[in-house]
Amino acid sequence: MAEVSAAAVGLTTADGRPLRTALATAQQRAKRRAFLLVLPLLAFIVITFIVPIGQMMHQAVYNDGFSANMPRLSAWFAEHPVGTDPDEPAWQALALDLQDAATAKTAGVVGTRVNYQMSGTRSLFTSTARKAKDFAPPYRDAVIAADKKWDDPELWGTMRQVSRAYSLNFFLAALDMTQDRQGMIVAMPEDRQIYVDLFVKTFLLAGLITLTCFLLGFPIAHLLATLPLRWSNLLMILVLLPFWTSLLVRTTSWIVLLQQQGVVNSALVATGVITEEGRLQMIYNQMGTIIAMTHILLPFMILPLYSVMRPIPPSYVRAARSLGATSWTAFRRIYLPQTLPGIGAGSLLVFILAVGYYITPALVGGASGQLISNLIAFHMQDSLNWSLASALAALLLGAVLVLYWLYDRLVGIDNLKLG
Amino acid sequence: MSVSHADAFVAFEHVQKSYDGVSLVVKDLNLSIAKGEFLTMLGPSGSGKTTCLMMLAGFETATNGEIKLDGTNINMVPPHKRGIGMVFQNYALFPHMTVGENLSFPLEVRGMGKADREAKVKRALDMVQMGAFANRRPAQLSGGQQQRIALARALVFDPKLVLMDEPLGALDKQLREHMQFEIKHLHESLGITVVYVTHDQGEALTMSDRIAVFNDGRIQQLAPPAELYERPDNSFVAGFIGENNKLPGTIEELSGDKALVRLATGERIEATPVNVTQKGQKTLVSIRPERVEFKPEMMPDDAHMIGAEVLEVIYMGDILRTVLRVAGSDDFVMKMRNTLGQTKLVPGQKIRVGWDPLDARALDPI
Ligand SMILES: Nc1ncnc2c1ncn2[C@@H]1O[C@H](COP(=O)(O)OP(=O)(O)O)[C@@H](O)[C@H]1O
Ligand SMILES: [Mg+2]
Repeated sequence: MAEVSAAAVGLTTADGRPLRTALATAQQRAKRRAFLLVLPLLAFIVITFIVPIGQMMHQAVYNDGFSANMPRLSAWFAEHPVGTDPDEPAWQALALDLQDAATAKTAGVVGTRVNYQMSGTRSLFTSTARKAKDFAPPYRDAVIAADKKWDDPELWGTMRQVSRAYSLNFFLAALDMTQDRQGMIVAMPEDRQIYVDLFVKTFLLAGLITLTCFLLGFPIAHLLATLPLRWSNLLMILVLLPFWTSLLVRTTSWIVLLQQQGVVNSALVATGVITEEGRLQMIYNQMGTIIAMTHILLPFMILPLYSVMRPIPPSYVRAARSLGATSWTAFRRIYLPQTLPGIGAGSLLVFILAVGYYITPALVGGASGQLISNLIAFHMQDSLNWSLASALAALLLGAVLVLYWLYDRLVGIDNLKLG
Repeated sequence: MSVSHADAFVAFEHVQKSYDGVSLVVKDLNLSIAKGEFLTMLGPSGSGKTTCLMMLAGFETATNGEIKLDGTNINMVPPHKRGIGMVFQNYALFPHMTVGENLSFPLEVRGMGKADREAKVKRALDMVQMGAFANRRPAQLSGGQQQRIALARALVFDPKLVLMDEPLGALDKQLREHMQFEIKHLHESLGITVVYVTHDQGEALTMSDRIAVFNDGRIQQLAPPAELYERPDNSFVAGFIGENNKLPGTIEELSGDKALVRLATGERIEATPVNVTQKGQKTLVSIRPERVEFKPEMMPDDAHMIGAEVLEVIYMGDILRTVLRVAGSDDFVMKMRNTLGQTKLVPGQKIRVGWDPLDARALDPI
């Protein structure tokens, strides 16, 4: 009874302060100190990670290339429903906006934005803007006189789409889809569908690389875990060696080894396995990507496996053997299940790294060995369509998160042992 | 009990084992174990007990010599075909399986049907009073419970031979004593042959039919517990099993089963010769502390008496441990039962102690 009433009243310290408050005060200093210690890291993560990712996600749905530079026309689109034919005020808005754009030298920006949705329109905007200062009413005739292509319902439909800064157009494009004039979502023409296939290929190749890493890494990890310390240390150095050499050096050495005039081909020719004409194409294609990335990602498979295998005492397998299991059964039923957390961690790590890998496919992948990240880089650096690059990257991030979630549902994230 | 090589169930014949090719961990092991026997390998850590057990189980290969099971050489038989049950020191219960699955495993790999398996698993669990725990994971059991499960798993497929490597090493004293009793009981009721490894002499003495005392890769003595305790063959065995007083001296006379030993202080005592062969040899005479008496009326007629000075009396509850100076050695111990009216000795007191010459054993020449 006494305890119940004490709890109801709330315990107090000897000098009469409530216990809860006293505890909080007592711990505050330590908490503040701890927070100050992690503050630099927190700031670092926010500045270099959270903010850029947030910006990327924003960029994927936001592009004001049109709306900011063509305010009158954007307003007209906002006031009139889909399907309204452009009337004189619309043409006037277009003409005046083009005049302003010519002065502000932003016609290229506007054209680029429209061009993302409908190719071949960028020059229309720049050339018409050059003539825009002479436009006089009636504007419809003036604009069409400047270029007949303005009299095109599809162009107007496209301009309506891009007149809003926020849109899902880039996500649609990243999924090989687009909006037609009525705003319905339809598939891209067959010859312009590239991203979905590339996503599928990226995931398949990443899966394949994960599998080869597992097949190659499992025995090595086992060896590492069971060899006497002296030998396992040496082997560990060999496993870690790739980490200590530059990625470029490693990738370049694969080129030296695998190219058509390279070491492997020459050795095969010299031993008569293949003829001079039959030199194998092992690099600048998918094969090159798979070989080089397996090599680079192998340690990420081996280390989690090793850390799970090391503490498994040999007596488990011995016990299984003494109970009548063949060495294969003992491995399959007793050893393998205990390494599952390591297999899960290694596979997840390798797969996620492989899905987003960029430099190696770029160097040794040729045309067929390119992954989705290479295309993201292309849109970042060459086509300068950052919004599409962001949409692709966001989709990739989403896919990886879904994968992570699936893993958690199927295996359980607590079963993950990274080292 | 002595077992000839011919009718032995398990036989080690001239077995040697080296791990590194430089030194021998097991040096010429000869050991025959009868069917149904409880044999204990007892010895200090590193003496090669586990190695012997592992060779018998098939996890280590003998570098030389033969190991026979039921008359056939099993040197080349892989572990899973030997049909030997084994209890490991850390139990080695499979952590990802329930208790029931652990026990079912040896039956599954033998291709037994589900119904038979369940019946056998239940019987084995009931045998160790763990019937209610079939669905637990090993991690959810206490040390003693895990021990029982390990025992049940080693027995569930009805092996004729069961090996146990320090199975009780991780348990507290009380539980250990209880489990000793249960293992012994199971051994008797099932009629299995047990090879048991321990470094605990008390455990070895209470459980075994015979004990093989290991040291440095050799069997120092192979004998039933009482004989081992009362008639140790050499000073290692005498020192390893139970407490022991050692008096150094020289053989003066030697005739059959009697020897006269002159101690360092010049006193002469009678002793039973064990490892000494000739006059003039130096020797260690070993006497158990509980066989030392100081009341003349308690001593046999031909008991030998010698002067002693009380140095210390330690009260230990059931006994009074008295440290004496005898024949120049300051660590001669006498154990007196703490009976009603036991004489109180005080440090500095001069007394005379004695013992039956049969209990004074002249061991190894030194
Ligand atoms: N796998 C091994 N490799 C090398 N030396 C070993 C191995 N196992 C045991 N030894 C050595 O063999 C000796 C005997 O060990 P062991 O049979 O385990 O003794 P015990 O069980 O009596 O303590 C020890 O010196 C030990 O260091
Ligand atoms: Mg051992």
